Amino acid sequence: MRNDSIIKCIDSVAQCFIDSEDEIESLDRAIGDGDHYINIKRGSFALQAIKSDLKGLPIPDTFKKIGMNLMSSIGGASGPLFASFFIAFSKHIEDRESLQNFSLAFSHGVESIMQRGKAKLGDKTMLDVLIPVSEKLRSLTDAGCEIKEIIKQIDLVAKDGVLSTKELIPTKGRAAGLADRAIGHIDPGAKTCQLIISTVCDELK
Amino acid sequence: MKKFINEKDDFIIDSLKGFARAHEDSVDLSLDPIFLTRKEINPKKVLLISGGGSGHEPLHTGFIGKGMLDVACPGHVFTSPTPDQMIAAIEHCQPESGVLFIVKNYSGDVMNFEMASEMIDFDHQTILTNDDAAVINSSYTTGRRGVAGTVIVEKVVGSLAELGGNLIACKNLGDKVNLHSSSIGVALSSCTIPAAGKPTFDIGNDEIEFGVGIHGEPGRKREKIKQAHLIVNDMVSAILNDFEEKSLNLRDSNGILLLVNGFAGTPLSELYLIYNAVAEKLKEKKIHISRSMVGNYTTSLDMAGASITICLLDDEIKKHWDSPVNTPNLRWDNENV
Repeated sequence: MRNDSIIKCIDSVAQCFIDSEDEIESLDRAIGDGDHYINIKRGSFALQAIKSDLKGLPIPDTFKKIGMNLMSSIGGASGPLFASFFIAFSKHIEDRESLQNFSLAFSHGVESIMQRGKAKLGDKTMLDVLIPVSEKLRSLTDAGCEIKEIIKQIDLVAKDGVLSTKELIPTKGRAAGLADRAIGHIDPGAKTCQLIISTVCDELK
Repeated sequence: MKKFINEKDDFIIDSLKGFARAHEDSVDLSLDPIFLTRKEINPKKVLLISGGGSGHEPLHTGFIGKGMLDVACPGHVFTSPTPDQMIAAIEHCQPESGVLFIVKNYSGDVMNFEMASEMIDFDHQTILTNDDAAVINSSYTTGRRGVAGTVIVEKVVGSLAELGGNLIACKNLGDKVNLHSSSIGVALSSCTIPAAGKPTFDIGNDEIEFGVGIHGEPGRKREKIKQAHLIVNDMVSAILNDFEEKSLNLRDSNGILLLVNGFAGTPLSELYLIYNAVAEKLKEKKIHISRSMVGNYTTSLDMAGASITICLLDDEIKKHWDSPVNTPNLRWDNENV
């Protein structure tokens, strides 16, 4: 992974959010409070605005800056969660990272989201995408899988993760008040994470 | 959507600029990052800082001033503010007696304030308000939501801090007021986030959402509209049950503070009609209303609806409720205290 491919991903993720506006908004209006799309769009625009500052930075510094920028631009619940991921990720990623190192940094990022949000697998949140992705990433890199195959499989796991939230009862965030009225609805935060992962997978293909 | 708006993205900033201009004698607005402080900062007292998503005005900005908050950090509409806002505000104030965060219990607010508290070099404590009795299974979920009872917490703790109370005393008093407060809301209509442009939820012309949150979150049930006194009966029952569960006796001689709060889309005439129905019901139950407040204090953009908050008073809470306060939206001067 190079610094300029991270910057390319920032643009593609921002575009992907714009293309998915209706989908994310309708998910959030069903079980959230209708501001999720606005917040993540603000985050992705904020990252686009600092692209020139990111250019040429070492990989760990790039991710740290991304985390700090998201922390001060998104707000709500998504802000600290995305920020915690990238800040933890930046502490563990090496400038010349291997697949193993990437996988390790990713799992630290996910761990950090779990701590910040006090949530776990099955709570109908972004973690229902991120935890399976993190575990798959680890098992595939441990098995010495080649990158093309990893990308393909991660994309699938992320998509399965989103679907898995449909039947879950929310226990965290705004949707929690709905309890079983939220069954049958996909979690918007999980959807956003899947979109980011799928977009990055596409970009790295 | 029909709203007074210039550019969607400028909604909050345009509104805050107006607020700062209207109250320029007492409040300062900083724009990058956004925070508001009292014009005259007293670094010796415990710094009371609150904040949250915008759209609940006058909460929290309208309560900056003597006897209440020192700082408010507004976020985007219904979206928690970010840690950089709180950190910048605290550094601007340079408090010498510690920082007390007053945070409504929502995941976003809790996490952003938590990140801020981890990043500052000042003594700090946090009061989490969760007075909403609508959320029943609290051990299972994120917990109860902080709603209009937050105003009472800010007023009472603000008084103690003004009189020189230390950080722990202020924190403990705030926790007590929060425990002593229960609220329940009912929505008659949805609300529209300016940047979204569409109502947050759909509700039929003949329906009400019982137990609604201040962001239009669903409550306990959706039901058909009925006469106001019948709706109030259900609301008061929910609150009385909540006090029973907390093992607090509302027939205590100090009586209660009754707050009938509008969500902004319901006229004052209806709020007083609600007050009348609540008072009647409490009289039946031999519960003495010794302080009252009616108006729009914790709103939900343009939502039609109202909430009822009961706060059980004791000598300490009553004394700090009565003490003088001078903020843009809550102001009285009680010489006897």
